[in-house]
This record gives sequence, structure tokens and C-alpha cells, in this order.
Amino acid sequence: MLRKEAMSPRRSRTIGLAVFLTPAALWLLLLIVVPHVDMFLLSIRSKGASGVVTLGNYTRFFMEPIYWNTFARTAVYSILATLLTLVIAFPVAYYLAKVARGRPKGLLFLLCLLPFWVSELVRTYGWMILLRESGILSGLLVWTGLAAEPVEMLYNDVAILIGLIYTSMLFMVVPLVTVLDSLDDSLIEAAYDLGGSALSILREIVIPHAMPGIAAGSIVVFMLTLGNYLTPTLLGGKESLWFTEQIYNQFILRFNWEQGAAFGFLLLILSSAIVWIGLKLTGQTLADAVRTQ
Amino acid sequence: MTASIDLEVQDLVKRFGSFHAVRGVSFAIPKGSFFSILGPSGCGKTTLLRMIAGFLEPDGGAILIGGRSMLEIPPHRRPVNLVFQHLALFPMMSVAENIGYGLRRRRLGRAEIRERVERMLERIELPGYGNKRIDQLSGGQKQRIAIARCLVLEPTVLLLDEPLGALDLKLREQMKVELKLLQAAVGTTFVYITHDQSEALVMSDRVAVMHEGRFEQVDTPQGLYYHPRTAFVAGFVGQSSRWHGSVISGSSHEVQVRTDHGLELVARTSEDLRLNQPVDLFVRPEVITLARAKADLGALTNRLTGTVESVLFDGANSRVLVKEARTGREITAALPQTGQLSDLAPGETVYLGWSAEAGLCFARKP
Repeated sequence: MLRKEAMSPRRSRTIGLAVFLTPAALWLLLLIVVPHVDMFLLSIRSKGASGVVTLGNYTRFFMEPIYWNTFARTAVYSILATLLTLVIAFPVAYYLAKVARGRPKGLLFLLCLLPFWVSELVRTYGWMILLRESGILSGLLVWTGLAAEPVEMLYNDVAILIGLIYTSMLFMVVPLVTVLDSLDDSLIEAAYDLGGSALSILREIVIPHAMPGIAAGSIVVFMLTLGNYLTPTLLGGKESLWFTEQIYNQFILRFNWEQGAAFGFLLLILSSAIVWIGLKLTGQTLADAVRTQ
Repeated sequence: MTASIDLEVQDLVKRFGSFHAVRGVSFAIPKGSFFSILGPSGCGKTTLLRMIAGFLEPDGGAILIGGRSMLEIPPHRRPVNLVFQHLALFPMMSVAENIGYGLRRRRLGRAEIRERVERMLERIELPGYGNKRIDQLSGGQKQRIAIARCLVLEPTVLLLDEPLGALDLKLREQMKVELKLLQAAVGTTFVYITHDQSEALVMSDRVAVMHEGRFEQVDTPQGLYYHPRTAFVAGFVGQSSRWHGSVISGSSHEVQVRTDHGLELVARTSEDLRLNQPVDLFVRPEVITLARAKADLGALTNRLTGTVESVLFDGANSRVLVKEARTGREITAALPQTGQLSDLAPGETVYLGWSAEAGLCFARKP
């Protein structure tokens, strides 16, 4: 009896911990581990021949220039889109965190949020209405006489980039606002007082302080961009050559799940590698970046 | 004469909407002196300091540093530097990088920056601290680094915005002495703002007492303490007992006052007071003679009886709270250093007395 009483608090603590951790553990197991293990097993099988283990799906990727060209192009454009988003979002976030006060601040933040009240599909169609040959911008150019005939502004790389940046803005602005909010104004004033120019204060005070937020925003935007399917396909058309499209084609058009799984795995490795390199280059840790989020 | 004036402010005015933060302040600070601006929070002292530093544009008046007008000149071009209230050291830089920041911005050579930073670290007695991170320093060390970061630029005037506020009491006492010695050693003009009268009195050559956007009095610490010129200064500096009353008779320097509670007291005045004029009367704790026997008060003009309410023992700074017998008003008196009344207990009857010159009388502002 005594023994049982002495043990019960520890046991109940163990049970409590188990109860709290179960949802997280289930989620991790069912939605992350199991599908990926299954995907991996699928990717080392060859189509049709069941039970044969092969790396053929991976070697095929390196043999076909169209595959790894698309792969490299997707990586480069994702990095470019991330950098451009950062460049555009930084002044916006700085204004929101340091300049705007009270009501205007809330209103401006709402403006950043507004596009996300409609689905990505509708948002992207909005851009198509603006950019297509019979669209608003083209019509405006003809009407003002700046162009002799309607201009097609859709289905090119710039259109893809515009769409990706627009979709990603909020995910960059939010961590940047958080991190810039925590920057003490007197640090900027002190630097100014000691002779710092606006550029040197940005370089030596503001950006080093904002680094975890920059890393956090860039990781999220990069991953969203790399894994985006809708925007590149709709705005880039047939020529978009986005890697997710290749995966889609394998799974849906060719019913080649084995090849699609291999592509999916390659994309996972690519995104992990680029995020890791990015963190190493900027001297940040994943833990710091995640904390800002 | 003008050559030896480092900072001169003429009729400076600053408004925020309809609120007058600074209303016509003028002063001149001689080279190498320690000047404090003392006032309660909200009196406009920070606004004044930020105008001198260049972070705020005045609505009127002039600021001259070394005889040159500072209006329209941005903060980083002014020969003044500001030590911030919370120091504002750069956490992303080492100690040496912090101190060298301003020198780097002046595009000095690497070797020269290193040499000047090291010399500065020796001067503030933190040699070899250059590679430390800011979060490795103690409060007092951070303080010294923040001052060193400004002094290394050799400013004409160093502004300090209550930099001791964040320190604990013991360290604050120590830093007071250290700051005064440092100022004497470097010879830079210091302008120090604070709401702590002890900081201002201990460190300064001259102190300005600021109230509602104006300077009430600019004087030496001794002058402020012994010869306050306004009721606000008399009440703010030191811990005087205060009575409201009106003049019942008097000559040019001495008046008899009947307090609102009916006490009749005699005090000196430097103002031209009329009969029946409402006045404030101040008496400092240390001018009051405490006695157990009425006869011990001798021929002191003002004599009161009361009971001890509590004894606030604080070593050399001990006080007694006495409840006056007729009015029930509380009077603070200093406990004599000789120790003869050290056994005073609450409830005891004591006699209080002070001379006519020891009380101070000012016309009450409506």
C-alpha cells in the first residue's frame, strides 16, 4: 500500500506526459514519417516490376537534361524570388515596425493581409487579368499610345516571379516586423549620434539585429516558392518548367508514381541543402530562425 | 569670455501640439564644467537634452556650441554626444567595436582606431576588455563603456540622460563618485540630466532646477540648498516640512506667518511680501533643534511641542517624525549626530525649535 502511494505521483506524471505528447507523436508519425518512408520505398521500385529494388528512377533524372535543367531552374528562380521578396518586404516591414504608429499601423498590416482572404487561384487569376494580351495593362499601353498593338505580358519568367513574390510577401513581412519591433530605437539614435550614416546604420545595426527574422522569412518563402505549383503553371504557361510540374506530370499524367516519388525526394533534398547552405552563409541557426516565427 | 563658453542656449522653446514642453530656457556652460539639469519627470529636461543633441528641432531660440549655431545641423555633425538612458550599446558588436564605432565612421585608419580604443579602455580602467561581448559586462562596466564610446570621439560637450537610473543603489553611489572623477580627469563639459537630487548635488559644479518647461534657478549645489530662490526649489531640493499660511506682519527680510492651521511662525524671505498674502513656508529637518526639555530650546524664535510618531533611523541621515501638538501636522526633524537623543521612542513628548533665519517664506503661486 505504502509502496503504491510512493510511486503514484511519478506514474501519473508519466501518464500526463504521454497524453500531451500523443497528438504530436501521431502527427509526426502518420503525416511525416510514414508517407516519406512509403515515398522512399516507392522511389526505389521500378514501374511494373514489383519487388525489384533499383536506383533507376534517380539515374533517369540525371540522364535526362530536361529533368535536371528544370530542377536547377526551379532552384535558381526560387532563390531569386526569395531575395526579391526580401528586398521588397524589408522597407515595408521597417515602415510598419518603426515609422507607422497606432491606427495607420494596424491598417497597413491589414493591407498586407488582404490578398490572403481569397484563394491562391483567384489571386493568380487577378494577375492574369492584369497581364494578359487582352488585359488591363496591355489595354492601357495601347490607349496611351505607348504601344502600337496589344502586348502579351503573361507566360514569361517575369510574370512567374511577380506571382511568386506577391504570394510570398506576407510570410516575409511578418517575421521581419516581429524582429524589427524588438530593435530598440535608441540603438539607431545612438549610432546616428556617433556619426553613422543611414546606410552604415542599416548595415551594422539594423540588418545584424534582423538576421534571425531575415533567415526565418527567407526559409518560409523559399520553401513555399520551391513547392508552389499553381502560380508558375498559370502565369508561366507551358514554358514555366517548374519542377513541381514534373512531379505532377509523373503522378497524374503518366501514372508513374515511382518516378514521381523519386522526384519528390530529390526536391526535398534540394530544399534542405539550400536552406542549410543559406543558414551557414549568414551564420544563423535554425533554432534562432524558428524562434522568430 | 565667449571663448570659454562651451554650450550656450538662448530662449529655447519647444511645443508638442498645445503642450509647451520647454518655455524659454537660457543658460551658458563654461568649458570643462559639470552642469546638471534637475527636475521631476515631465518637466521638459529630456526634450531640452534631445534638442541639444539634435534629435528634436526647437520651435524657437538658439543653441550655440563653441560659439557656433547648431540649428539645422544634424546630430552626427554636432560636436556633442549623448549617453542614453538605457545606454544603447550595440549588442551585435564587441566592446572594442562599440567604442570604435564612431572612429570607424570618421574613416580613421585601423591601427589608429585600435590604439585609441585601447587608450580609452585604460582610461576607464577596463584594459583588455576589448573582445568581450556586451552581455558579458556588469551594469557598472556597461555604463563606463557607454561613456567611453562617446568620449573617444572627443566631443565638446557630453550629454548624459539619467544613465545611472537603471543601476542598483550601491552601484549608483559608486558611479556618482566615478563619474565626477572621470569628468575632472578628461576635462570635457558634461551636461547631466536627472530627477535624483543627490546625483545632481554630488556631481555638479552648477545645477539648474527645471519645472514645467522653465529653469527655476541655476546655481551651485550649495546655493540651491541654502538659498533657494523659489518655492519649487525649496520644496524639491532637500526634504523640508512645508506649511501654507498668510503674512500677518513683517519687515523687508523677515515675516511673521500664520499657517492655515493657526500656528504663528517667523521666517526669512527674499521676496517683497504684502500683508495677508498667501505664502508657503519651508523648514529643513537639519535646522530644527530637538529637545526633551522646553528650556533647552533657549531663545529660538519658533518653538513647537509635539509627540514622536516614529524614528527613521538611517545612520548619519536619521530623522524623527513629530506630530505637532496643536495642529496634528507632521514635521520632519533630523536626529542630532551626537547621539544624545538616540533613545527617543514613539509617543514621547519633544520640543522643536528653530531660528527665524532657518525658515524660508515664498509667495504662493495661484
